Amino acid sequence: MSAPILQARDLVKRFGRVTALDHCDFDLYPGEILAVIGDNGAGKSTLIKALSGALVPDHGEIVLNGEKVNFTSPMDARRLGIETVYQNLALSPALSIAANLFLGRELRHSGPLGQVLRLLNRREMQKQARRHLADLGLLTIQNISQPVETLSGGQRQGVAVARAAAFGSRVVIMDEPTAALGVKESRKVLELILNLKKRQLPIVLISHNMPHVFEVADRIHINRLGRRLCVVDPKETTMSDAVALMTGAKKPPPETVH
Amino acid sequence: MTETTGKAEFAVFEEEVAHNPLRRIQHFLHAYPTVVPFIVLLTGTVFFAALVGGKFFAPFNLSLILQQVTIIGIVGIAQTLVVLTAGIDLSVGAIMVLSSVVMGRLAIISGLPVELAFVLGLATGLLCGLVNGLLIAYVKLPPFIVTLGTWSIFGALNLYYSGSETIRQQEIAGVAPFLQFMGTAIKLGGARLTYGSILMVLLAILIWYVLNRTAFGRHVYATGDDPDSARLAGIDTGRTLLAVYATAGVICSLAAWALIGRIGAVSATAGGTANLDSITAVVIGGTSLFGGRGSIIGTLIGALIVGVFRNGLALAGVQVLWQEFTVGALIIVAVAIDQWLRRVSQ
Repeated sequence: MSAPILQARDLVKRFGRVTALDHCDFDLYPGEILAVIGDNGAGKSTLIKALSGALVPDHGEIVLNGEKVNFTSPMDARRLGIETVYQNLALSPALSIAANLFLGRELRHSGPLGQVLRLLNRREMQKQARRHLADLGLLTIQNISQPVETLSGGQRQGVAVARAAAFGSRVVIMDEPTAALGVKESRKVLELILNLKKRQLPIVLISHNMPHVFEVADRIHINRLGRRLCVVDPKETTMSDAVALMTGAKKPPPETVH
Repeated sequence: MTETTGKAEFAVFEEEVAHNPLRRIQHFLHAYPTVVPFIVLLTGTVFFAALVGGKFFAPFNLSLILQQVTIIGIVGIAQTLVVLTAGIDLSVGAIMVLSSVVMGRLAIISGLPVELAFVLGLATGLLCGLVNGLLIAYVKLPPFIVTLGTWSIFGALNLYYSGSETIRQQEIAGVAPFLQFMGTAIKLGGARLTYGSILMVLLAILIWYVLNRTAFGRHVYATGDDPDSARLAGIDTGRTLLAVYATAGVICSLAAWALIGRIGAVSATAGGTANLDSITAVVIGGTSLFGGRGSIIGTLIGALIVGVFRNGLALAGVQVLWQEFTVGALIIVAVAIDQWLRRVSQ
């Protein structure tokens, strides 16, 4: 296997007396879908927040493409090509689809119009937004300037995923992308995830939904008690084994422990 | 969302087909919220024209409405910026009066060059706005409480500095006529168009541009819409809030200039109702007190609605108390419509 694109070693994060991350390791390889699962309180969301810059670990290091990085905000991670689809999607409901795709990194006109008058290049943003959505098969959007609040849950998820895919040049992290969706809409989001993988974008998928995890993941990282318990291959492990490992009912096979 | 499978269906971001006419109206108004105040303004104008006849449409009367609306319009522009971030600024009127007192006293009592006095007046507004903004954005206190407090504080500073003295019209006209400039007018037939009204329109265009054509404007809307999402999307919401309150402060000190022009004098007790009147204009103009929705043009229409109703009722010989009654009813109807439109996405 080639070198990991995103790696974490020995991460520690304490909140008061609670140790959320207890010397946790993490490895993501190019082009793969890595699922991160764990019981409630296993530290998976803290791990993901550390990787996406939403919080700063007390100890340990994060290495992106062989270089050590220090994220102090989500912007730092985004600048280096790590995009996160948050569980709440981080969309602004009253703004349009195009405005949301470019929220926080709007395009301005070139020349004095942009530099002096700070004029937004709305046509270019709409054009690119349409292209990004088309890339993901979300093509037949009638009106890219309609507000996000008029979309269904799955469609909103689609917009958030399109934003991550458009700007995530290295890694896309998805936090429970199917948790709030119905069966049919979940299916479409899983298709979107596989679509991203075809574009060689490595994906970290946090989910409670075992069938979804086993359907799309190449490897499964199981977090338990604030650290990585093991990494298993979904083709060689059953769902009930994964749950048993997650809850501590079963000891991990030695070859899966790193 | 229709219960169908296949990639194509997921991709269809179809407009929901509303068969119920009421739902259709709701969707239309949700997309174009300024239509409501515009219709109210139009209806009000037609109604009063029919009620009081030609004198309502006399150029002089129409320009009088515009003059009466100018101060509230300018302060309302500042208030709109703040309300779009889901905040509120109860201190706008106090900032305006304090700035006018600073301009007047420095120029007339202290004898500073009028340009310098004017710039220091603007700086006063900026400083007041920065105090509000810092407390709200970085100390993270609720805007209502912060500006309720600074309303009293700026008001007290105003009384301390002015000693409740009024600087009379003749004194200003002698030494610093520049401060009365906004009250001078261009005569168009029987109409008097003051520079203050022109200032209001220019400010409205400028802030409309900032809100609708710049990234900062989008960040203002996003911050009011959902601050957590805005932050995760990479917007510095603290800086956005600080900039909004500071800008509002400066706009209030420009309103101070228009206020001196309007009344001719500098009075420590003028503009006492500007706080609540500006919120009235914003709300009647269709801007949501919950943030993220609304427009500058709505606020100007809102201010005009109040002006037209007050003026029309006065011309019709209706007592002042019924003018207040009408404005109060308009506020409640406006908020009810906003709540109804918000439910469109549910």
